[in-house]
Amino acid sequence: MREALYYARRYPLGVAGALILIAFVVTAVFANVIAPYDPLTTNARFSLAPPSRHFLIGADMMGRDMLSRMIHGARISLAVALGATCIGSGLGAILGLTSGYIGGWFDLIVQRIAEIMQALPLLVMALVITASLGPSLVNTIIAIAIPLIPNVARVIRANVLSLRELNYVEAARAVGMRGRRIALVHVFPNTIAPLIVLATAQLGSTILTEASLSFLGLGVPEPYPSWGRMLSDSAAEYLRSAPWLVIFPGVAISLVVFGANLFGDALRDILDPRQGD
Amino acid sequence: MTMLLDVKDLRKTFPGHTGLFGNVLDRVHAVDGISFSIGEGRTLGLVGESGCGKSTVGRALLRLIEPSSGSILFQGNDITHLPERELRALRRRMQIVFQDPYSSLNPRQRAGDIVAEPLKVHGIAAAAERRVLTEALFARVGLTARQMALYPHQFSGGQRQRISIARALSLGPRFIVADEPVSALDVSVQAQVINLLMDLQVQDGLSYLFISHNLAVVEHVSHDVAVMYLGRIVEYTDKATIFAQPLHPYTKALMAAVPVADPAVRRDKKHVMGDVPSPINRPPGCHFHPRCPIARPQCLRDEPVLREIQPGHRVACHLV
Amino acid sequence: MLPVLEVSGLTTVFQTRSGLVRAVQDVSFSVNPGETLAIVGESGCGKTMTALSLMRLIPSPPGRITGGTVKLDGIDLLALDDAGMRRMRGSQIAMIFQEPMTALNPLFTVGRQIAEMISLHEGISRRSANSRAVEMLQHVRIPAPERRAREYPHQMSGGMRQRAMIAMALACKPKVLIADEPTTALDVTIQAQVLDLIDDLRKELGTAVVLITHDLGVVAEVADRMIVMYAGRKVEEGTTQNLFAAPSHPYLQGLMASIPKFGAQEGARLKEIPGIVPPLNNLPPGCAFAPRCPAAIGPCTETRPPLEMKRQGHAAACWVA
Repeated sequence: MREALYYARRYPLGVAGALILIAFVVTAVFANVIAPYDPLTTNARFSLAPPSRHFLIGADMMGRDMLSRMIHGARISLAVALGATCIGSGLGAILGLTSGYIGGWFDLIVQRIAEIMQALPLLVMALVITASLGPSLVNTIIAIAIPLIPNVARVIRANVLSLRELNYVEAARAVGMRGRRIALVHVFPNTIAPLIVLATAQLGSTILTEASLSFLGLGVPEPYPSWGRMLSDSAAEYLRSAPWLVIFPGVAISLVVFGANLFGDALRDILDPRQGD
Repeated sequence: MTMLLDVKDLRKTFPGHTGLFGNVLDRVHAVDGISFSIGEGRTLGLVGESGCGKSTVGRALLRLIEPSSGSILFQGNDITHLPERELRALRRRMQIVFQDPYSSLNPRQRAGDIVAEPLKVHGIAAAAERRVLTEALFARVGLTARQMALYPHQFSGGQRQRISIARALSLGPRFIVADEPVSALDVSVQAQVINLLMDLQVQDGLSYLFISHNLAVVEHVSHDVAVMYLGRIVEYTDKATIFAQPLHPYTKALMAAVPVADPAVRRDKKHVMGDVPSPINRPPGCHFHPRCPIARPQCLRDEPVLREIQPGHRVACHLV
Repeated sequence: MLPVLEVSGLTTVFQTRSGLVRAVQDVSFSVNPGETLAIVGESGCGKTMTALSLMRLIPSPPGRITGGTVKLDGIDLLALDDAGMRRMRGSQIAMIFQEPMTALNPLFTVGRQIAEMISLHEGISRRSANSRAVEMLQHVRIPAPERRAREYPHQMSGGMRQRAMIAMALACKPKVLIADEPTTALDVTIQAQVLDLIDDLRKELGTAVVLITHDLGVVAEVADRMIVMYAGRKVEEGTTQNLFAAPSHPYLQGLMASIPKFGAQEGARLKEIPGIVPPLNNLPPGCAFAPRCPAAIGPCTETRPPLEMKRQGHAAACWVA
């Protein structure tokens, strides 16, 4: 605990980022409780209602309460971000660990595949996936997870390559430990820290990607409230007449991504052994 | 007397620069025809400067690096190309202690687990008995049972080396490769670890290959000494002889260069010039000839063979 | 003769997550022109921090020089502003480090780095600075200096890089050279060459050398006087001859006894100093060495012994000595 406070004092920006993320997660988890209205109920009577006592940040063109949509939108963004980050980082880590440790032709092949994946533009891939599989929440998560895999795999592989040469790994071989066991007991646990930092850093970008995809109509479909799609629905037509439709989703996206980046940066600095005293 | 360890003509080459398609352009002859033997309870000190290949020799003996050619006989068994499955059982009898106390221990494992792991790997003893064995090992190296629960970063450099030694002892080896075990430690701590290694040798009848660049330490711990230069042994004899009567010019230069902790001793300033050449581009003939004060034309042409100049004293030099 | 460097009461501390580390505590010494003073100690004794404090290269935060004066020919370096200190570094006081690979910039040729140093302090033309740089490389006994000046640090061996660093340090003929473990990372035969080089240049240029090392053999070879540091403080001081002949402080006695010497008795045990160096953020009361000292008596764990003259030209901080 004392260590946490020590770090909190040295990295105030990281703390700010952490607080933003905590607020984000709490909002998402307790969306049902916090949101004043059902985000999906339409009511033409309240279409484009400006912020008031009833609708704290106004209503959209279909009469749905913006605040409730924003709150539930957090839940969607969090689900997609967590899902994509976990799947992408998880698969990427497994790939990086095995290819780095085994080496040889396996490594060569995996590396070339990773390079090809990285060469494809994200949006093209997402388009292909949603076009072939159909737009849905799950498909969006998959579409965002896939480009993460080669990135994570490369970083973990680089880490594994250097860990493999360390004396304690050699000592394990000298004892007669089998390769698989060495990888599991000695190599992998020492890649967890960089993996966590990487995953946290990806969090911000996955949220942004989901927003972009939804903005283009390729991501989360109706009726799920998505911040990105709320932006795309309103940005062109209603910027002047009903600015609350554009400002709040935009600010929310920026804030959460910013918070994730601040927190990820601080975490990376803390876990970097060279930053020690 | 059969030797515990008998090495004949050991060689190891590494690919140097590789071309565009992975073809090898030149080779590093890290170990270039090394032969020596170590008896039970004896220490062979392997001395040399950087790039001489001594660390490669140590690792090759344990098959951590695969020898390119030559033979390694351990307790009469030819282990040079033994498949890992059969080698595993023999691994219990030969272990290694490394130079760097900081990368020798997994930072995420507790000290007790590090030392007990070899026992676990070989299925020796159940958990409770393993604990007892580990406690005994800790006591042998001068650490307390309470320290078994700590992580490596909570120990000093000298203490970490003790943990490494305890780990090496856990399987009851006959032979330990000590690769510069005290070079990274403070002077006052070096004495502790050197004494520990020597005590263990007396208690268990252990044999050591003691790799070091520090001549004074080597003189203290070794029974026999071999001097390496660019992959070859240039002089090989017992400790007393080599320090009293060094014959190879390189051995003499090494000894002349060591600063002595006595202000009254004035070192002869005329010593070896030039840098240690790279193991990729080795001079032809005798590798030492560019830096040798007595080099002759023959030294540029012919590679000197390690031969017995006096009984038990082998030197690789044309002019001795 | 007046000393060229006079350090008085130097104190440096570091604020870390585990508390306040007193790296250097009330350290005083002086060096005469052309003299070699060795600062001896093991890791954690504060010798490198002392050296960095003299050059005002302490990373701040978390470090801070909190007290003392460092007078170079009468000018207090600690009282100068940043610009003033920058003018001093290289031209009046210079430093060479243990690891030449990290001390030299890998992106510039060696000649360029030396020339830059010279033109920075002496304001001469680039061409003159370049030829001075080549002269310096020759002076440090690097063969084919014109070719080497155009090379990058990674193209040189460790010994040659160290010589290049010496060339850079001495290019402007500073009055004081601080050498922090200059040969520890080098092979034995190269170490001898570099030590002799530093010694010869010292005699030629009249530079005062402060040599930081843990190797008593090196001290015996090149140092005129030496101070021994333990846990941030100076515990013994005197001429090399006196201290080697009759070490006063039990720490130095222990160190000397623990080094393997040639021709010792077969199978003899080395004398150990038990225990480990105390953490600098949690020093024991009284004498910091007391917990490990074979000669410790009651007062040792209560009151810290002051530095006292034990003999002519030989001082130690010990109640028992």
